[in-house]
Amino acid sequence: MTSVSPRTAGGSRRERREWLLFAALIGPNLALFAIFTYWPLLYNLYLSFVRWNFLRPRKPFVWLDNYIEVFTDTQFWIIALNTLTFTVCSVGLTLLIGLALALLINQPLRYRNAARAVLFSPVIMSGAVVAVVWSYIFDPRYGLLDQILGFVGASSPDWLGDPRWAMPAVILVYVWKNVGYAVVIYLAGLQGIPRELYDAARVDGAGAVDRFWHVTLPGLSPVAFFLSVTSLLACFQSFDIVKVLTDGGPAIATTTLIYHLYDLGFVSYDAGKAGVMAMVLFGVMLALTVIQLRYVEERVAYA
Amino acid sequence: MALGEELQIAQPVERAGLKKKIISPARLAGYLAMAVAVLVVGLPVYWTVAASFKEAREIYSIPPTWVPLRPTLANYPAAWAAAPFARYYLNSFITTLGGAACEVTMAITSAYALAYLRFPRKDLVFLLLLAALMVPVEITIVPNYLTIARLGWINSYQGIIIPGAAIAYGTFLLRQAFLGLPYEVIEAARVDGAGHLRTLWAVVMPMAQPAIVTMALLSLVAKWNDFLWPLIVTNTSDMRTLPIGIYWLRNSEGLTDWGVVMAGSLFLILPVMVAFLFAQKYIVEGIASGAVKG
Repeated sequence: MTSVSPRTAGGSRRERREWLLFAALIGPNLALFAIFTYWPLLYNLYLSFVRWNFLRPRKPFVWLDNYIEVFTDTQFWIIALNTLTFTVCSVGLTLLIGLALALLINQPLRYRNAARAVLFSPVIMSGAVVAVVWSYIFDPRYGLLDQILGFVGASSPDWLGDPRWAMPAVILVYVWKNVGYAVVIYLAGLQGIPRELYDAARVDGAGAVDRFWHVTLPGLSPVAFFLSVTSLLACFQSFDIVKVLTDGGPAIATTTLIYHLYDLGFVSYDAGKAGVMAMVLFGVMLALTVIQLRYVEERVAYA
Repeated sequence: MALGEELQIAQPVERAGLKKKIISPARLAGYLAMAVAVLVVGLPVYWTVAASFKEAREIYSIPPTWVPLRPTLANYPAAWAAAPFARYYLNSFITTLGGAACEVTMAITSAYALAYLRFPRKDLVFLLLLAALMVPVEITIVPNYLTIARLGWINSYQGIIIPGAAIAYGTFLLRQAFLGLPYEVIEAARVDGAGHLRTLWAVVMPMAQPAIVTMALLSLVAKWNDFLWPLIVTNTSDMRTLPIGIYWLRNSEGLTDWGVVMAGSLFLILPVMVAFLFAQKYIVEGIASGAVKG
């Protein structure tokens, strides 16, 4: 701790006043975080050790029972696998398609600013409403997708009612909504690659493919890394699309960990297991963040 | 924001040459690919708009029609009557403006304190604020529901707004922006006898205006679209916000009339799209700047 010795009475008083102002300016923000972010974290930890249904006056302490029940339930592992499938596929597709679209829009084509705006627009739409709209598009009899598949002679599966197709449907909607975000970030990264690097590569006789592998991709690496981490965290936390599109179903085919937490808390009213789920999710977030920090220190070459 | 210029995609260099040249196959392929991408993203939106003008009979005809045969406006008043949309709008406006106002105010004051005021172990305070980014809102829902219930705030505007009123990411962005301002100007204001609050209001805020506007817009959009918390903390129709209202409209109306549900969906999307049309630059740049600077 830095001890602040009062050098002059006036200076000390002024410093003290500055401290007070600092506390007054930042206090409300910190206080709200303490009450609505940090306290819930601790309280979840407590809840994870008790059995409680939100109503009973007593909360009996059950040690690790909730954890054991959650982890020995095969349902949990199916849901964890669902989350992995959903996250990896959604983020992977968003990053790949986003890169292709960004490279395209980075070409000197006309109307590309308009194209960028169109691609980005779903990002700022409400996830709930996007899911409502898509539930109509997925309608196996009257929907748009059935119509389009009809052109190629295929018939539409019962997207949201068939356990094999529900997850692909959720991923499709997620990618549709979020790919514009990746495009915008990649474009910012592409604009940041110095033109001289391309010129130098061209002088050295590098073709378009070589330039892509040796100039564009390395130049994009910091942005791509930022994008993969933020997309991963965002996807991991996404709730509204699943809730509105499938309600986690059919059965638990599209239930993710976040959805499961909501389900345990506000449908089954099992506060203890919801607490376990919250701790699991926090653990995953923490791990992802630590990996991110490690990786940033070691690997990513910042220009 | 210096980034603005970088992000503005430059116009084609050889615009004059472009017209004379026959379009090369590669360029044609580029336009084609762009058209396909725009179509894939735009088609669902078109489908929504088209359906909102279709009669129920037409929506349930096989095969579905691409263009409304007998365009009707009837779905809009029908949607307005099917759910208390006037009330949803009011609730959404209050919670969005209230929530965003809280976030912006706190981001500005916190960022100023962190950038310009002395405090022992300021770095720790900053860390405490940033660490909140690691706790997703979703995992706080059960304890926060209990807290809000104890305060008697279930089904109230403050119950919707207050738990999401603190802000870490925006504080971080504005602190960066404030630290990037020329310090001499701020010092000059202080030497002239301006207090901290006056310096913040009259010097720092005008200079950092683009960053503040961007942050405010992102905050507004996020609050307008917020779904999980308002879903949990409201339990009567008259307190629902628009996203929750449309979710319930779909669930109740669902298989009876998509036209009405699509019209209701547009009630929610339209304000955001209009804002986007006018403020595209701020929103897109704000999102990109997080990646390049952060």
